Order: sequence, then structure tokens, then C-alpha cells
Amino acid sequence: MTILTFTLILLAGAYLAGLVGSLTGLGGGVVIIPLLTLVFHVDIRYAIGAALLASIANSSGAASAYVKEGITNIRLGMFLEIATTIGAVGGAVIAVYTATNTIAILFGAILLFSAYMTIRKKNQEVLTTGSNMALKMKLNSTYPGKDGEVAYQLKNVGAGFSIMTLAGVLSGLLGIGSGALKVLAMDSTMHIPFKVSTTTSNFMIGVTAAASAVIYLQRGYMDAGIAFPVVLGVLAGAFTGSKLLTRLDPKVLKYIFCVAISFVALEMIYNGYHHQF
Amino acid sequence: MKNLISKKTSADHDIERLIGLQLRFGVITASLIVLIGGLIYLKQFGAQAVPHYHLFIGTKAGYTSLDEIFKGAYTVNAKGIVELGVVALIITPILRIAFSLVGFIIEKDKLYTWITFTVLVIMMTSIFGGLKI
Repeated sequence: MTILTFTLILLAGAYLAGLVGSLTGLGGGVVIIPLLTLVFHVDIRYAIGAALLASIANSSGAASAYVKEGITNIRLGMFLEIATTIGAVGGAVIAVYTATNTIAILFGAILLFSAYMTIRKKNQEVLTTGSNMALKMKLNSTYPGKDGEVAYQLKNVGAGFSIMTLAGVLSGLLGIGSGALKVLAMDSTMHIPFKVSTTTSNFMIGVTAAASAVIYLQRGYMDAGIAFPVVLGVLAGAFTGSKLLTRLDPKVLKYIFCVAISFVALEMIYNGYHHQF
Repeated sequence: MKNLISKKTSADHDIERLIGLQLRFGVITASLIVLIGGLIYLKQFGAQAVPHYHLFIGTKAGYTSLDEIFKGAYTVNAKGIVELGVVALIITPILRIAFSLVGFIIEKDKLYTWITFTVLVIMMTSIFGGLKI
């Protein structure tokens, strides 16, 4: 295969990854890693480097729209970024000492979990009395709803912070945004309405990914020949996805995709177990 | 009675707008640089066989330090330009933290000035801390 053919196929694949990632809310990085390793037989370390870049591009692109609409809770994001960045740096450091097969198995497990998180019931309720800690840290806020601003409060700040640290470690280790864990921390633990938790999670993914990306860049994980089609393809796909989202309800697509991604996850685990990476 | 909800101030909205613009600008700039580098890369190497990506060679591929990347981009080396775009992409969220820091200082929000400063310090440790290995 020539470089030109490889680039064009990867560009198309990355476009689909960005499209599906944005329609389902899983993010482009999750699809890029199996695509590169299982289809193109690229070393998982190059795949992780490319996925991190895809996560940053996706997050920054989408966040620019949500932040402007005032849905994102910037203070909450900033506060939790202490946890995710420390975790991400730690994850990138321990990645050197982790066998690539272990990383593949772990990735498969997280993929299964993400698929489950995507189809489970979302927290739509607004908490009206939060904890003292949330008040002290100025985490309670409002978001634009159908009939004006909706005020919400939150609780279990410590537990949320801990899960965020874990999300950061996994993000640094696997090169994904770990949006599913971020949403679990905010949505299920801190009781934040899911519209706020998904956009704030997205807002944080860029910073979390950047924290480990600088380490991976220096280690040579980010090959120019792979990064170029992946970044452009995922960005274009995510852009198309965000336009489509306003016109269609991706519920059916979400289920189909979650079943598909579960098979991919099992294959990653199987291959990792048989030392194929 | 204490105000239980921290209301968004007009300064908050200004910061939100500024952050939104900065993120968009960063992503567009980065992807343009990557596109230019990528097109030169295809023109020069497009007909060659795909490198052995199943073998990880790490830093031997070059362009893994800012110094190398800047030199590469300056001499219009395709891979150097792509990696410069990669650097621009990684810098985008880091700059966002710096913007937020300025915003919280202007708002005189001491708590969040410190929190944002902490995140920035962690990022700087990651960049300059020699955590490569």
C-alpha cells in the first residue's frame, strides 16, 4: 500500500469515527484506537498518540459552541481539572511500565463500560439543595433551559473528585477522553443535570488529554503520517455530527453503535489476552 | 439570608465568549497547519510504501522536541510542519486555562484564581518536568 492510499483510507475512517463519536457522545478517540490497531495493524502506542490528538480536537471544537451557549459550568470544570490533569500525568508516566497487551485489555474493558454508559438512563432531575462543600467551592450554577435559567446544586464533591482522578489516569494511560467516567462522576455521583455534565465533561477532555499529550509527543507516539489524516478526519466528522444532531435523534443509532462497539471491545480484550499487540 | 446560588455575572459571560472564540481559533489554526504539512507530505512521499507502523520506533522518527519541530517547520519539512500543527492543537486547551486565569483575576475571584493557577502549574510540570521516561 502506498502512503497516499493509506492516508485516504485513514482519512475516511477518521471521518466516520468523528461522526459516530459525536452522534453517540463517545468521542472520536474511542473509535480511532480499534480502527488503527485492529484494521491497520498499527502499534497501539501510535494509536494512543493519534487518539489523544483526536480527543483534543473534538473537545476544543465542540466546547467552543457549548461554552458560548452558557451550558458549561466553567468553575466546576476548572475545579475537577485539578484531579484529571494530575491523573493524566500519572497515567502517562505509568504507561511506560505497562505492557501493551495490558493496555489493550484495559481499553476493551473501558469500551464496554462506555457503551453501557451511553445507553443507560440519564439524570434529568435538578438537585435543589446541595452540600456545604459545593457551596464553599462555588460549584452550584444555572443553565439555560426551555423556560429560562434553571438553577442546580450538587453534592458528593469529594467522591466526584476521586472518580475524576481515576478518569484522568485512564485518559493518560489509554489516550482516550474517558468521557464515560467523567459523566459517571458528575451525573450519577454529584447529581448534575446531564446536559451540564456532558458539556462540562467535553470541556475538560481537551485539558486532560493535553496534560498527557505533551509527554507522549516527546516520546514519539505522535507520528506525522498518522496524525495528519486522523486530526483532519475526526474534526470534519465531528463537525458533520454536530450539524446532524440538531436535525435527528440518534437513539436507534446509539443502540446499534453500542452493540458494535461491544464486539470491538471483546476483540481488543481477546487479542490482548493472546498477546497480539 | 445567604445567597445559595452563585449567579453568573456579566464578566462570567464575557469570559465564556472569549474562551469559546479562543478554542475555535486554536482548532482552526492547528488544522490549517496540519493540512498544509500533510499536503506537502503527500506530494513528497505519497507514492512510497507505508512505513512499518506495526513496529514502534519512538523518538527515532524525529520531531519529538520543540527545537526539532521548529527547525523542521522553518526548513519547510513536511513532518516538521505537521508536528507544528500538533503542537498548536495541544497548546489550545492550555491557553484556555491561561485565559480563564486572567478572567478570574479580573473578577477578583481569589478561590478560582488559585484553582486555575494550580491546574496551570500541573500542566507546566507535565511540559517541562522531564517526565518523558
